[in-house]
Amino acid sequence: MANIKSVSKKTKAQAMGMHTEVLTGRTQQKFFNPDEAENFYYFGTHDVDFNKRTDLDVKDMSAAEANKEIDNLMSQGYGTIVIKNPQGKHSLGVGILNKLNLIFEGSLGYFGMGSCDGPIVRINGRVGWSCAENLMAGKVVIEKNAGSCFGAAIRGGDLICKGSVGARTGIDMKGGTIIIGGDAGAFTGFMMQRGRIIILGDVGINLGDSMYDGTIFVGGEIGSYGSDAVDADLTKSDQDWLKRKLKVAEIGENFDVSKMKKIVAGKKLWNYDNLEPTEKKGAI
Amino acid sequence: MCGIAGLIHRGKSSKVGHELQGMLQALKHRGEDSTGYALYGDTDGKNFIMRFKVGENVGEGSTSVAEDVSVYDKRKKIVDSYLNEMGAKIIKEERILPYSLRYEIEYNKKDLLEFSQKIESIPGVEILSMGKSLEVIKDLGNAKMVCDRYNLDKLVGTHAIGHARMATESGVDIKSAHPFWGYPFSDVSVVHNGQLTNYWNNRRALENKGMRFMSECDSELIAVYLAEKMREGASLEEGMKESLSGLDGVFTYFVATKDSLGMAKDTMAAKPLVLYESDDLVAMGSEEIAIRSILPQEIDTYDPFDGEVKVWQI
Repeated sequence: MANIKSVSKKTKAQAMGMHTEVLTGRTQQKFFNPDEAENFYYFGTHDVDFNKRTDLDVKDMSAAEANKEIDNLMSQGYGTIVIKNPQGKHSLGVGILNKLNLIFEGSLGYFGMGSCDGPIVRINGRVGWSCAENLMAGKVVIEKNAGSCFGAAIRGGDLICKGSVGARTGIDMKGGTIIIGGDAGAFTGFMMQRGRIIILGDVGINLGDSMYDGTIFVGGEIGSYGSDAVDADLTKSDQDWLKRKLKVAEIGENFDVSKMKKIVAGKKLWNYDNLEPTEKKGAI
Repeated sequence: MCGIAGLIHRGKSSKVGHELQGMLQALKHRGEDSTGYALYGDTDGKNFIMRFKVGENVGEGSTSVAEDVSVYDKRKKIVDSYLNEMGAKIIKEERILPYSLRYEIEYNKKDLLEFSQKIESIPGVEILSMGKSLEVIKDLGNAKMVCDRYNLDKLVGTHAIGHARMATESGVDIKSAHPFWGYPFSDVSVVHNGQLTNYWNNRRALENKGMRFMSECDSELIAVYLAEKMREGASLEEGMKESLSGLDGVFTYFVATKDSLGMAKDTMAAKPLVLYESDDLVAMGSEEIAIRSILPQEIDTYDPFDGEVKVWQI
């Protein structure tokens, strides 16, 4: 990590991994000032030790009970928690707002790892619909397949599925990176606003439909392009980034990224100037 | 939102009533206005099994009007007389509930259209299923309630589909509950999760071709649509593939016949489905927890893609 005391406010935040892209256009984003970190309290967080490890069998627990117990273990300083017998339960691991090594030995149902900010998660099974919805930061790795709406509305972090995913992957995403080792269904990147999606396999119909911004990389065949999704040149910089990202994700080790297709917004569909409606009135 | 589940054992039989009950009960949060089972039991294949109702369940939550049991008795008597007129011999008769009956019938004609029209010409009478293996059981309440009420736990067979219903487009009653029989085809049943937006256009066209609708539930359209395609000579799989463009809206549906089970997903993939497939068992449901109820060990499952149609044989 860069020395946060020697860089400007904007790049400090970027160096801390809170923001990785240079935003342009209309945005309401406020940057966190690291100099004020001492005054900053993030509700629901705990100091944890990654070397302090425990198992949690959730077989006979409801999702609420399991999540409460995870929070309880974090409050005791456990930084590595292994969840046994998730058995497709919904809403497991939601709302974790601090660093944590979380391992699921099995599959999750719907809404697993929703609204998280920071944990490193490995799921040794499959996940249902809307996995990691609203992820802010951290890394979630799924060893098998994922359902639809994978990574819906994520703001940051890395979301990796080594198998195939359903429809509407990355719908409404606003940042972060989604990496798919297999195929992806229809409407991938639907209305995405920022961030990147990498699909090593084939993708279904209406790819990037109504996307506002962001980038989609596809290694296989594309069913069809959605409204306003267009091809773009795959640059050397893109290829370098893809190689790095795939290496970090431990996926597609020998994949030839030079043959990937790059899809971006044609920017014919939405209003792309920098002015708020009130400012526009003044400009006229 | 409704939940659907289905399973097929390949090369063996199992307690499909018990298994489907577990799968549907796991989905009860998706709706418990009514629950329905289409069970394909082990039979000798000689006689027809006719499940029919002579009235509605008017219990708590029902949108049906209460009727005296004597009305049910009168309807039953007319059914018996019509069967006699058509040369159908009742081999075994069970009156499970005052309004719900199961007959084993010796009937030699293959075309069930005339037979069904005659029986259903009696006001208040509806054939829930007719087949040599299929039995459709549906009633108000969740999966366990219906299973206990009809003693389905011990039914042995090869495959089954079922539905946990949250009533949205039509009433809380048995006639609107799934599964729907693929009238007038023996042993065809359908369950559906979703909404069909060209229901009335399709219904009017099919009614003009002589097809029958018993409810105003949009899901019934799928059963009638497929039945009509098969009547025109299409195979089940061909009919299902045509349905992807012929039916408008969002849907995932299962259809079962005497020896097969199929699934279809609309081109928007807007409705969920999780699938487990092995050499000897296929199990699928709206959520993974349905499959986990019969396969608690770690297994590989996946979501079928948009516009996908699959059919498995026993």
